[in-house]
Amino acid sequence: MMEITTVHYTVLSAALFSIGVIGVLVRRNIIIIFMAIELMLNAVNINLVAHAHRLENLVGEVFVVFVIAVAAAEAAVGLGIILAFFRNKETVNIDEMNVMRW
Amino acid sequence: MDLIWLIPVLPGVGAALNGILGVRYFSKTVAAGIACATMGGSLLLSVFAFVQLLGAEHREHVVSLGDWIPPIPLQTVNGLGAFEVPWAFRLDPLSGMMILIVTGIGFLIHLYSSAYMSHEPRGGYVRFFCYLNLFCFFMLTLVLGSTFLVMFVGWEGVGLCSYLLIGFWYHKKSAADAGKKAFVVNRVGDFGFVLGVFLIFFTFGTLDFREVAEAAAQLPVETATFGVLSTICLLLFIGAVGKSAQIPLYVWLPDAMEGPTPVSALIHAATMVTAGVYMVGRNAVLFSQAPMIMTTVATVGVVTALLAATIGLVQTDIKKVLAYSTVSQLGYMFLATGVGAFAAAAFHLMTHAFFKALLFLGSGSVIHAMNDEQDMQKMGGMKLYMPVTFVTMFVGSVAIAGVPPFSGFFSKDEILYRTFLDNKLLWGLAVLTAGMTAFYMFRLIFMTFFGEYRGPSWGSQNGDDHAADDGGHHDDGHAHAWHGPHESPSLMTGPLMVLAVGACVAGFVGIPAALGGDNAIEHFLEPAFVAESAAHSEEGAHEVAHLSHAAEIGLMAFSVLIAAFGIALAYHLYVRRPERSKELATNWAGAHRVLTNKYYVDEAYNATLVKGTMGGARGLWTVDRKVVDGAVNGTGWFTRASAWVSHVLDKYVVDGLVNLVGWVCAEGSYIFRRGQTGLIQNYAVAALFGVFTFVTVYLVARFVGL
Amino acid sequence: MAETIGFYTLSVLILGLAVLVVTAKNTVHSILFLVMNFLCVAVLYVVLQAEFLAVIQVLVYAGGIVVLYLIVVMLVNLKGEAEAHQDPRRLSVIGLALAGAVLLELAGILVYSSGSDAAVPSSEAVASPVQGNVEELGWLLYTDYLIPFEVASVLLLVAMIGAILLARREV
Repeated sequence: MMEITTVHYTVLSAALFSIGVIGVLVRRNIIIIFMAIELMLNAVNINLVAHAHRLENLVGEVFVVFVIAVAAAEAAVGLGIILAFFRNKETVNIDEMNVMRW
Repeated sequence: MDLIWLIPVLPGVGAALNGILGVRYFSKTVAAGIACATMGGSLLLSVFAFVQLLGAEHREHVVSLGDWIPPIPLQTVNGLGAFEVPWAFRLDPLSGMMILIVTGIGFLIHLYSSAYMSHEPRGGYVRFFCYLNLFCFFMLTLVLGSTFLVMFVGWEGVGLCSYLLIGFWYHKKSAADAGKKAFVVNRVGDFGFVLGVFLIFFTFGTLDFREVAEAAAQLPVETATFGVLSTICLLLFIGAVGKSAQIPLYVWLPDAMEGPTPVSALIHAATMVTAGVYMVGRNAVLFSQAPMIMTTVATVGVVTALLAATIGLVQTDIKKVLAYSTVSQLGYMFLATGVGAFAAAAFHLMTHAFFKALLFLGSGSVIHAMNDEQDMQKMGGMKLYMPVTFVTMFVGSVAIAGVPPFSGFFSKDEILYRTFLDNKLLWGLAVLTAGMTAFYMFRLIFMTFFGEYRGPSWGSQNGDDHAADDGGHHDDGHAHAWHGPHESPSLMTGPLMVLAVGACVAGFVGIPAALGGDNAIEHFLEPAFVAESAAHSEEGAHEVAHLSHAAEIGLMAFSVLIAAFGIALAYHLYVRRPERSKELATNWAGAHRVLTNKYYVDEAYNATLVKGTMGGARGLWTVDRKVVDGAVNGTGWFTRASAWVSHVLDKYVVDGLVNLVGWVCAEGSYIFRRGQTGLIQNYAVAALFGVFTFVTVYLVARFVGL
Repeated sequence: MAETIGFYTLSVLILGLAVLVVTAKNTVHSILFLVMNFLCVAVLYVVLQAEFLAVIQVLVYAGGIVVLYLIVVMLVNLKGEAEAHQDPRRLSVIGLALAGAVLLELAGILVYSSGSDAAVPSSEAVASPVQGNVEELGWLLYTDYLIPFEVASVLLLVAMIGAILLARREV
């Protein structure tokens, strides 16, 4: 067992991010896709905090605060869109959200 | 005299009233009243003007109502001239006499018409008086006009009215055709007249009669050459021939008898047809300067007179006889003008107006009595039924036959005398014509008024008493049932009697010197026929050609003898031995047929001019159809063909290119379009592929080393 | 040693819960796994000496956002299967493969480049007038990052209004 370094954290972050990406790409329930996006944001946050820790500089943490704010905003607006969409189409299946095509 | 412009205007007002308001609102009485009142007013004004003219020192008076055509610069032979026409009326001895004739006879005929036309429905009746008044308006404009153009207005106007009145019963095809014929034939003459007027302006730079005459008097007499004056006179004479029904344009006048009888009397006997004579007289100075044309005029006149008289010999339609008689008498007038006896022509014009109007009105009375029967073979013995008509018509016939002392004798003998002085051959023909005139007129009288009644029987055949009773108190109820021949109402016999008196005494104004008179009318009219500058100098020259009184009386006696012979022959053939006339007709069948058919002139015209014109028109129509239409259709076809080619090009080449571009775009875009699934996650996969590529590139660059 | 054990334990928890979030059939279960995931991440923050963020993570993520998700799931109230319909053209397998490939590549990059830049101390360790994680963070936010901070607040305001507008029943 070696010491836990920043690389560990970044690999963890990359793995978490990849899981989020897979969630976004594979699931068809748009709510779960949003949750996967939250996972990806968390992966980014972990990465930032790890490096802030490594560099002993709090600017990374400040960025995390902003990311959290953006995540909150994204969640609010995105879920609003989901609600509006559901009210019109009675579905949350992203495969039926294909009006933006030829 | 300053009010002479009112003379034509009054009937014009009457025509306007009757034409605009009357046809809709006026009763028969009101319409006839307006027409007669305006004519009466004109008559009174004419008489006053004439009396004033007699009293005036200078017997010429011009009244101008202002400009009609303001001065227009136009090219003439002497450089630029001012084409200027005022509304001017000229009163001089000639026009004075004419207005008296027109208004006087016009008034009488208006009166006569108010009774004669009483069977017409109200609209037609008012229309008739409107036309009649309009005619008088134009006729008076014609005779009073001071320039050629004003005269031409009247000239065309009377032609129009003649057309309207001949075709008055327009539902009758023959009447409508006759109107058209008169109009078209007159156009030929009017064309000549108009050309003459153009040439006059081009030559003299003015259209005023007096100025033209003065200018023409300055030019040399064209004895041997055919110069500009001769041309002018020939053109004017063509106009006169058309209007006055001379050879070769006389064919319309007999046909014009399709019109109502008062119309025949007024227009086609007394006034309009004499317009040609009047016009030639008006331009006496010009014609005097062109002797060749004078000879032509005389020849045409005498040939017309003879020809028409021969046709008149065998006609059985009472009005046709009178029509040919009119043509013949007009020929006399032209003969007179042709030999330079303008005053004699005017004199005969006047006397002829009286007795021919009388004869026409008389024939109208007979026709009226016979319930619109015009064939003399179906009349006979009428003197018992209509004594007034008989007496007046007899007077008229005597006058036209040239029996002294009736009016025709003086005027006709004046013409014969002057012709004798000029040319013996023309005189011989004229005397022969005079004999024929006497014959056919008395043939008419004898066939109509003497012998047995040959007409159809009438409903209540209760004898002569009834017809005699019917004479006096005839009324409008007459139309419904014909009660046999009867005397006409007093409105019709009145004018007859007045005209009969005129036919008796009108000649006394021109008693020749040989018979102790002083030929007043000739001296009265003379100033109108000479140029003012030449009036005094040629006074002597006028008296050159002269015969002794004895010889003159001898000539008169001869012509009277001829007339008497004609009358006697007519009496022999139609009263004493009527069967002889039929024998003659059978023995001379060929000649009789030719005369009955009027020398086949109408047929000849039909075969040549009418057929030719129609053929030409048809030919042109064919050309129009085949060539012009063909060209147009060809153009159309060509346009369509080129449009079709263009269409094909458009469809397959242009559209093809456009479609090709579209097709290429559509097909080319197919591959790209496939990517646009609308599935958001596919787009995310594409983005991930980008990330993958990016990371791969980084990885390879970092660790493999590029 | 304890840190190592803690890190791996947390890593397994975080990744496992994340996989559960992504794979869960029931949306509500997915949300519950997400909450636990967030809590684990908060613990990780504590390990990394970011206490304030850990608190924020719990409060905002686990407390706020997830409740929001929960509420939306309740509101959506699906009758049938959410993912019944599947478009034949979707590229799920390719996406899965690409994501795995990217993860492997990133891991490779990180592992093989880890020696070069390890433990570089910050030369610009700014002398802060305050001590402690929360205080320093607060200091930074209200001095150097004041304007982004305010912009973030405006963003939140806009998001709020937008969410209200979108979610309103009748426009």
